[in-house]
Amino acid sequence: MNTGARLSAAVIAVSMAAAGAQIPRTPDGRPDLQGIWTNATLTPIERPSDFAGKPTATDAESRAFEKQDADFFNLYIEAGFEMARIDGVKRTSLVIDPANGKIPQLTTSPPQISNSFDSAEDRPLGERCLLGFGSPAGPPMMPVLENGNYQIVQTPDYMMILVEMVHDVRIIRMNGKHEPPNVRLWMGDSIGHWEGATLVVDTTNFTDKTRFRGASPGLHVTERFSRTDAETFLYKVTIDDPATFSRQWTMEYPFRATAGPVFEYACHEGNYVMTDILGGARKEDAASKKK
Amino acid sequence: MAAFGLAFCAGAPSATAQTAYKAPRTADGKPNMNGIWQAINYANWDLQDHASAPSVEVDCGAYCAEPGGPGVVEGGEIPYLPAAKAKKEENKKNRMAADPEVRCYLPGVPRANYMPYPFQIFQSASAFAIAYQYDGAFRNIYLKDPGPAPADSWMGQSYGKWEGDTFVVDVTGLDDRTWFDRAGDYHSDELHVVERYTLSGPDTMQYEATITDPKVYSRPWKISMPLYKHTEKNARLMEFKCVEFVEELMYGQYRKK
Repeated sequence: MNTGARLSAAVIAVSMAAAGAQIPRTPDGRPDLQGIWTNATLTPIERPSDFAGKPTATDAESRAFEKQDADFFNLYIEAGFEMARIDGVKRTSLVIDPANGKIPQLTTSPPQISNSFDSAEDRPLGERCLLGFGSPAGPPMMPVLENGNYQIVQTPDYMMILVEMVHDVRIIRMNGKHEPPNVRLWMGDSIGHWEGATLVVDTTNFTDKTRFRGASPGLHVTERFSRTDAETFLYKVTIDDPATFSRQWTMEYPFRATAGPVFEYACHEGNYVMTDILGGARKEDAASKKK
Repeated sequence: MAAFGLAFCAGAPSATAQTAYKAPRTADGKPNMNGIWQAINYANWDLQDHASAPSVEVDCGAYCAEPGGPGVVEGGEIPYLPAAKAKKEENKKNRMAADPEVRCYLPGVPRANYMPYPFQIFQSASAFAIAYQYDGAFRNIYLKDPGPAPADSWMGQSYGKWEGDTFVVDVTGLDDRTWFDRAGDYHSDELHVVERYTLSGPDTMQYEATITDPKVYSRPWKISMPLYKHTEKNARLMEFKCVEFVEELMYGQYRKK
C-alpha cells in the first residue's frame, strides 16, 4: 500500500467514524435500524429512455418527472412521494448495476405466469393475499405504489421486519445457518451478519411460486442496510440467479423514517374480490354455453 | 407444612412462585422475554374442561379427533349471559362453517397465544412485538399510550407497560368476528382483554388474560396457563401461510369444470 492509498483509507475511516457518531445505536453498539420506515418512491426500477445515460436527475428534471407520475397515479400517490434521493441527489432508476439502469437480459424465455380465471391458484399472489403485490416483502423489499411501510425491531439475535402488506413478518436470524434445501419459504430464509456498520442479509430457499420478476427458486438475494442519518437507512440489494438473469444486478434506494402507526392489513379476511372474480368468470362460462 | 398452608391460603401459589424468580434482564433492565414460546395444552379446542371427542370430519380419523384436556378458565365456567350461552352452543354445532380458524383468518387475542403453533417475542429497549407462526399474525405492543384504537382490527390494538416484573398488555379495538376456541366460545365488539406476562423460570412464563365483555358475559373472567420456551438449538418460527391451504375450501366451488 503506498502512502497516498494509506492516507485516503485513513481519511475514509475517520469520515465514516464521524458519520457513525451521528446515527442511533443499540445498547450492544450496533447501528439501530429500529423504527417505522417507508421505501415509497417515484423512481422507477429501470431507467426510462428520457433519462438514458443519466443516473441522476437535476431538480427541474425530477420535478417534471414527479408531476407526470403524480398525475398518472393520482389515486395511489401518498403525500411526500418523490424520486429516490441519495446524498441529496435524485436517482433515475433503482437499478444501479448494470450502469445503464436496466435489469439484465433473461437467460431463459420469460416464465409463463398464469393469469386465467379458472381457479384461485391461477390468480396472481397479491390477489390471493399470499404476498403483497409488487414484492413489498421480497426480498428484495420493493417499493410499490401504496402501503410501503415497514417496522423493524432489532435484538442481538434477530432482526424482525413487519411489512405492512400483507402483515408479512420477515424474521432474520443473525449469524445462523440456512435451512436445508428441502425447506422452501415464500419469503426465503434470511440470515444476517454485520460487516462493520452495515447489516448484510443473505436470503435463499425461496419457493417455486415466489418468482420475483420470474426468478427461479435458486434466487439468492443479498441485502445491505446502512444507517446514514437519523432519518434514513440506505438499502442496497443484489439479485443473483444465473438460471434467470444473464448477470447479477443491484438496486439501491433509501428507506425513510415515517410516522406510525402501521395499521393491520388483513387482506385475506376481506378478500371478497376472489369470489367475485371467479364467480363472474363461471357466469360468463355458463352464458357462453347457452349461446 | 406451615409455609405450604400459608401459600395455599393466600390463594395464589403461582404468584408466590413468580415473585421468587429473578428473570434475566435486557440491556435496559427489563425481564428478558425474547424467545420462541408456545402453550402446551388443549385450550384451542375448548377453554373449559373437556373429554376427547371424535373428529368432525370422519374421513380424517384420529388425525383430527379432539384431544381432551383440563380447562384454563379460573373457576371452571365461562360466565355467559343466558342468550349468549345459546349462541355459543350454536357456534359449536356450526364450527366447521363458522370458526374463523377453519378459513385461516387472523386469530385475535388471546386465542393467538394458545393455538398449537409457536410465537416469537422480539423485545428491545424501544419495542415489543409478537410474531405468530399461525397465519403470520403480528402484534406490535405499543409502549406509549396510542390513544383509542382508530378502528377495530383482527389482532386489536395492544398497549403494554411494566408492573414490576410483569408485562401488562391492554388490548382493545378487537374485531367481533374472532373466537376463543373451536368450541364456539365467542365475544362481541365490546371485548376488552388485559394480559399479564410474567417469567417464572429460565424457560417458562405465566400467562393470564382477563376478559371483559358486558354484552356476552355476566362478569369479567380469567384464563391462565404456563407458556414454554423452545430450547431446541434449531428452534425457529416457520411460515404457516394457511391462505393457500384454504383456497379449495373457500373458492373450490368456483373452479372451472
